[in-house]
Amino acid sequence: MQPAELSAVEIVAAIRQGDMTAVQCTEAFLDRAARLDGSINAFLKIDREGALETAAAIDARRKAGKPLGALAGLPVAVKDALCTRDLPTTCASKMLAGFRPPYDADTVARLRAADAVIVGKTNMDEFAMGGSNENSAFGPVKNPWDLSRAPGGSSGGSAACVAADMAPVAIGSDTGGSIRQPAGLCGITGLKPTYGRVSRRGLVAFASSLDQIGPMARSAADCALVLETIAGHDPRDSTSLTAEVPRYSELLEQPLTGLKIGRVAEHYAEGLDPEVRKGVDEAYAVFEAAGATVHDIELPHAKYGVPTYYLIAPCEASSNLARYDGAHYGHRAEPGTGHQAEPAGGHRAESGSSQHFDSPLVEMYCRSRGEGFGPEVKRRIMLGTYALSAGYYDAYYAKALKVRRLIRQDYLDAFAKVDLIGGPVSATPAFKLGEKTGDPLAMYLVDLYTVATNLAGVGGISFPCGFTRGGLPVGFQLQGPALAEPLLLRATDRFQRLTDWHLRRPKQTA
Amino acid sequence: MTKPAAPTAEPFTTVIGLEVHVQLQTKTKLFCGCSTTFGAPPNTQVCPVCLGLPGSLPVMNREAFSLAIKAALALECRIAPFTKWDRKNYFYPDLPKGYQISQFDLPFSSDGWLEVVDPKGAFSRKVGVIRVHLEEDAGKSMHDEAAGTADTRIDLNRAGTPLCEIVSQPDLRSPQEARAWLNELKLLLVYLGVSDCNMQEGSLRVDANVNLHIPRPDGSLAKTPIVEIKNMNSFRSVERALAYETARQYDEWQATGAELGTTPKQTRGWDDPAGVTRAQRHKEESSDYRYFPDPDLVPVTVSEEQIAAAKALMGTPPTVLRTTLAEKWKISAYDADVLVNQGRELVGYFEDVATRVGEGKVASNWLQQDVLRTLNERGETIDEFPIRPDALADLIRRVQNGDFDTSRGREIFAEVLTSGRSVADVVASLGIAAVGQDELIALCKELIAANPKIVADVQGGKEQAAAGLIGQAKKKNPNVNPAKVRQMCVDLIKALELPTRTPEA
Repeated sequence: MQPAELSAVEIVAAIRQGDMTAVQCTEAFLDRAARLDGSINAFLKIDREGALETAAAIDARRKAGKPLGALAGLPVAVKDALCTRDLPTTCASKMLAGFRPPYDADTVARLRAADAVIVGKTNMDEFAMGGSNENSAFGPVKNPWDLSRAPGGSSGGSAACVAADMAPVAIGSDTGGSIRQPAGLCGITGLKPTYGRVSRRGLVAFASSLDQIGPMARSAADCALVLETIAGHDPRDSTSLTAEVPRYSELLEQPLTGLKIGRVAEHYAEGLDPEVRKGVDEAYAVFEAAGATVHDIELPHAKYGVPTYYLIAPCEASSNLARYDGAHYGHRAEPGTGHQAEPAGGHRAESGSSQHFDSPLVEMYCRSRGEGFGPEVKRRIMLGTYALSAGYYDAYYAKALKVRRLIRQDYLDAFAKVDLIGGPVSATPAFKLGEKTGDPLAMYLVDLYTVATNLAGVGGISFPCGFTRGGLPVGFQLQGPALAEPLLLRATDRFQRLTDWHLRRPKQTA
Repeated sequence: MTKPAAPTAEPFTTVIGLEVHVQLQTKTKLFCGCSTTFGAPPNTQVCPVCLGLPGSLPVMNREAFSLAIKAALALECRIAPFTKWDRKNYFYPDLPKGYQISQFDLPFSSDGWLEVVDPKGAFSRKVGVIRVHLEEDAGKSMHDEAAGTADTRIDLNRAGTPLCEIVSQPDLRSPQEARAWLNELKLLLVYLGVSDCNMQEGSLRVDANVNLHIPRPDGSLAKTPIVEIKNMNSFRSVERALAYETARQYDEWQATGAELGTTPKQTRGWDDPAGVTRAQRHKEESSDYRYFPDPDLVPVTVSEEQIAAAKALMGTPPTVLRTTLAEKWKISAYDADVLVNQGRELVGYFEDVATRVGEGKVASNWLQQDVLRTLNERGETIDEFPIRPDALADLIRRVQNGDFDTSRGREIFAEVLTSGRSVADVVASLGIAAVGQDELIALCKELIAANPKIVADVQGGKEQAAAGLIGQAKKKNPNVNPAKVRQMCVDLIKALELPTRTPEA
């Protein structure tokens, strides 16, 4: 039995039944990671020793007839934005290089309690800021379908490691599309749950009102299995939802007869790649064949999604990232010796060989942050600081909050007419590494179809719906009302029973 | 209600507003479960939340919120039905998150007042309260001034402690009023159990804003630039700093004519040993704190029912207690003021004693003259005072009965205090026993016989001469009641004048 060929649901069943041990399963994935990750760079840390130890303990408990958790023996890769007590948590930033949190994120704690085996921490865009995974301080992740292309971001490492079968399941986080977009570009299934469904405690904050943790896996059924474990109320996250967690994996059977799926005219705007459009149209046809009906709807403020997002997220980030000041933990510049870091965008100030600092303290702050943060993080901190400043707040941040309310209302209106909203995940398939790095605005547009979900606080799922002639996956996105995860998962599962796109594997990593 | 300030010789009006931070008396911090106990070794009462570690999230302490509501209600504030948390962003090493969680444009309460009345009638001032809001405290920076090192040590035990910020209207008109108002505010907050208001431990901190309104000959008003005074460590310092600043501003105005609006608001620090305020370095780029709503916390809604419940649990505030105490126990307003100003525990003690002896005035006298003096000498609180109300009441009752006089009572008080024995015990061991009527007559007759001069004086109409017998009586029997001795002697002497009549005993 080749563990890498099994779904997460099958792995858990096989270990439970004794057809395979947790150690065998973990070892198989770790071996693949050891063989493949040199060229993909999906992991920032592979914890072979710790993972095998955990797996062996699970096997011993099973042998002794002791009860096992719901995910017993399932290898899981965790995005490096989630705190892990025994492993470094860096957010792919030099700022947190070597940082070991003294606690587990709520999601990590729930995975451990369910006897999942954490195999390592995955690469990402620095502090989850980016859509290509090229903003990692530890090198970009390569797309397993074409190593010259980006896997998407910011959860690119999590997407790539599932696509290359280095882990059956990975945990990602999604602030503006960071689970769905890389899942789409890597041909896997990724779910961004409703805001508050999964606790944010221990997720290193990027934009607190938008961040949400979710599962990334081969299939909707695998996502359902993992979501059952990681979702739920956390009294130590004030924004966590109290609603009871359904048994998602037991709610997949019901057919889609009568399901209304919305199709948004704005999604067919200029810039949509024809091959992506073809895949999306074919996906609607599959849903219709399954008994659903497709209805044209409007999301009139969707076009303001990207600018709204690029105000709210940087504003929150500028404050969330203030704590990385070199005073208490993380990177601290050596006093007086550090040379002036390059300003964001690579433009060196004309005069700037030496800069005046108000005090040694201010110098320490400036140098530590100058050295510790990458250019995209600096850019967003500056954007947010500017937009929150006296005299600009009303024109930018306050205005963005108003537009956000309008976008939320669009969704409420839409969900009065349809059950789910379909569409592309991103306008193009995976782009070349370096293709957009010189043009921040072009890079921000990769979030075009995904940011509104976060602004509205609802859930979305992305999954493969076809391939380009060049062999790159095309993703389809479904968005649902608040707490409609059962429906998102059921619709995707039904789609995946009728198609096999999600079962295709990249040749390079076979 | 507001009476004009006592007339002064000053050719200006002093305008003072206060900004008071009080630490709420909660067991745990505002957004995490760490203890707020004062004095623990540095950085031992911390967790990922108050250390601002990546991924940590705040959760509001409900107890802190209800204590703050209590304070605001006692200050007659309007409680907002909807309030939120904002981040105040600035960099400082004792602020580990790089922002302080505070309240900006929607504080949980506003528009209240607190009146202060000088018991001697010098002033009476109803001071407006602009707002009361909740926020978390920062840590403590200890700058090591040792030559050459200039190290700063950070203790984050205090980081995240709940603070109530109370901002007054600029309604105070003199340094004395400011001090009296602070005393009244402190008393109120301590009565409510909202804060211990211990300035030494930093549970109460005051900043003062002050300027002068100076009438010009043409009838217009010159206003001096507003100065914020910081770094005052006691209410006495507040009074002294304001008095200094008032004089300084008048001098400066006379020298420069600088007025409000022509110069930026200045911050000056109070140097207590030197007795002067000094200009502090202007904060770089003034203060753009980039306030915005904290996305990690949810807004708080407060219902009418919650407000009613908080009111019901509030207890009697000092202002009301002063009146009820004076009326109930028939003591003067001044006495009630003294007792109430000592705190709720002392009032409880007083009422216990007064109930047992059945009279307020005598209990109030004993408390003010003996108990308070002793507490001061011993540096004790009333809760620690060894003579409990039943014992003091026992002693007072014996004096009222005429068992012995007040000065003898004080000796017994002192002996009970030092020995820790009961009043009855001390009375017995000192051989103090009530002197019987026969014994008293015999003693007085003896004294009359031995003091013909005094007898003659009394017979000559100088009744007060009988007082000369009291000392001798006490020498013969220390337990006699001087008043009774005096009365008995006078009666006996008068009976001598009318030998045909028997003395009326």
